[in-house]
This record gives sequence, structure tokens and C-alpha cells, in this order.
Amino acid sequence: MMWIRRHWLLLLLLNLVFDAVILMALVPIRIESREEVFEIPTGTWARRMAGEKIEILPQAVYLALGVRDVLVLRNLDTVPQIFGPTLIMPNQSFKLPFELASDYQFACTAHLSGQMTVVVDPEPTLGWSRLVWRVKTLTRHLPTTKIAETKIATQK
Amino acid sequence: MYPVPVICPVPFPEIVEKPNVKQLFVRLMPFLLWAVAVNAAHSEALKSGIFDPPRLAPDFTLQSSNGGEFKLSQARGKVVVLGFGFTHCTAVCPITLANLAQARKKLGALADDVQVVYVTVDPEHDDPARLHEYLAFFDPTFIGVTGTDAQLSLVRQEYGIVAGKVTGKTGQPEVHHSSYIYLIDRAGLLRALVPFGKSPDDIVHDVNILLLTNLAASKAG
Repeated sequence: MMWIRRHWLLLLLLNLVFDAVILMALVPIRIESREEVFEIPTGTWARRMAGEKIEILPQAVYLALGVRDVLVLRNLDTVPQIFGPTLIMPNQSFKLPFELASDYQFACTAHLSGQMTVVVDPEPTLGWSRLVWRVKTLTRHLPTTKIAETKIATQK
Repeated sequence: MYPVPVICPVPFPEIVEKPNVKQLFVRLMPFLLWAVAVNAAHSEALKSGIFDPPRLAPDFTLQSSNGGEFKLSQARGKVVVLGFGFTHCTAVCPITLANLAQARKKLGALADDVQVVYVTVDPEHDDPARLHEYLAFFDPTFIGVTGTDAQLSLVRQEYGIVAGKVTGKTGQPEVHHSSYIYLIDRAGLLRALVPFGKSPDDIVHDVNILLLTNLAASKAG
């Protein structure tokens, strides 16, 4: 009892961490849509022609089976563009579903590196798998919040 | 007094006669099966990447591995599986072509309505004879097409295909190219993109849907 009184703060913290872990492992994942959508906004081509460097797709796209496993690329611009792995016409969308957890590499001229990676995680089922997925998702989003369009400052 | 309607005391014989339900069912069966198949094809999703709305597949005329010229639009009425590669490819093309050959076998009689067309990205080495010999190893019905650098470059541009010569790890020149294949439906619409590595079963699944969907559309039309 003395030990508990002396270390109550530590115990409280441990309890909170334990509760958080349990919640992350057990609470169901809310799914509004299984689609991860990226769009080329109108005027992108004109801005690129004007010398602006624009990255619309992140270097890596993270998906998870059963949660968000459909990549949707939409070209809202007025000219055809290579977007992700393929050529997409104006006002056309390309929808690519994934059924296997893996890392997929696509040649993509929209990227400065010329390559795009789609990481598909296994379905975060109840328990350990869901906990791991939540931790991974948190760590992926911690440094930068999801930015649909990253504008790289034009080097003059 | 209002006139009382006369009710016919003797019912009409055709109303009294019991309908032959069994016969009716047998007669309607083909239509029912067709409707179910069409509905299934419409509601079932493709496993490949899909274009919405689909555009007309850009037409081209190139030298065929079967001799003479091959015009893509001449294949209308069939589902065309369009791939890009080269005969000296060691990493991607053999796997893709083997999967396509297996998929055609699994399609059975429907395989006659499917045409695999392989566009070379290496015209320097892939002449019609070389393409014929190479593709026949996988499936003798596969058609390879080649042309001048300018012709092939234009085709690649219209399909968003990336290809470029690089020096491989062994020091040998290699051609890196987009590894996916396109599915073009019977009406000539570019419907889907099959990523590299999809199993023959997945390809069969999607081709079957395209075959049925277009069949339904042509019947409805």
C-alpha cells in the first residue's frame, strides 16, 4: 500500500497508457469511404507551364485493406495528364482497387522522382492488428498533416 | 330500377384453363438466365483500375507479327488486351504474357472473343518475325505489332506509356517500360488498366465482365 501511495502518479500514467492501448486495439474503425482521392485541380497545367513546381500526389500513398483500399485519381484540369500510373483525360477519373497487402511501385511522371509508391497494409482486424495499424497511421501523420497539394516553392 | 349488370354465368374457357406453369418456366428460362448474367456483369466490380468515363482507345496501324498491317479498330467486337513490352525483356514481359496465355486457356470458348495485342517498345530488335516467334511461344493467337520509332512513340504517348533505354546492372542496355496492360471492350472503349502481377484468375474475371457487359449493350442497342 505504501508503494502504491508513493507511486500513484506513475501508476495513473501506466493505467492511462494501458487504457489507450486497449481502446486503440478494440474500438471499431469508422469508415466513411474506402476511397483515397487525389485530384488535379483546374489550372494545374497552366501553373506548371508558368514555372511553378507542383506535387499533387505524396511520395507514398498509404492504404489499408477493408478500410481505405481504393485509390482514386481525378483530373479536373483542362488537358490530359499523366497522373499516378496512367494517362487521365480531363474530367476523367481512374479508380484502382487493391486486394493484396503489399508495396506497389508505379512509374509516375507527376513525381519529381519519377516513381510513386502505394503501401497497402493488411486489414486492421480486432486486436493487435488494429493497434499496429493505428500506431502506424499516427506516426505517418504526426510530422505533417495530410496535405492534398504540396506546393514546392519555385526556385529562382 | 337500375339495370342490373348481367354476369356471365359461364366463364370463358381460356380463363378457366389452367396455365401450364412448367412450360412457361421452360420458355422463360433463357431470358431469365440472360437477365441474371447481365445484371451480375453490371453490378460486379472490375478488379482492375477503371476509367470513368471510359474514352475511345486511340487507334493505330502498325506492322503485324502475322504479316501485313494491324489496325486496332479492326479488332472491334472483341475484347482487346493491350500490352507494351519487348522480346528481350526478362523481368516483366514473360510473366505478363504467361499470365495472359493462362487466362486465355481459362476463358475456354470465350477466348475466341479476346485478342491479345503486344506493342513493342524496342523496334530496333523486334521486327515482325521476331515478335511472331516470341509470342507464339506463349500463345499463337497473340499479335505483336511494331513500327518506326516515331509511330511507336506516338502510340505510347496516346496511352500514357513510359519507356526509355537505360543501362542495366550488368552493363547491358535495357528498356524500362510501364508494366501494366489495358483492357479495351468490344466497342473500342479503353475500360481498365490491369496492374503488373494480377493473377490469371483476376484477368479472366475482368475480361468476362467486359465480354458480358458489351454483349448486353449490343443486344439492348
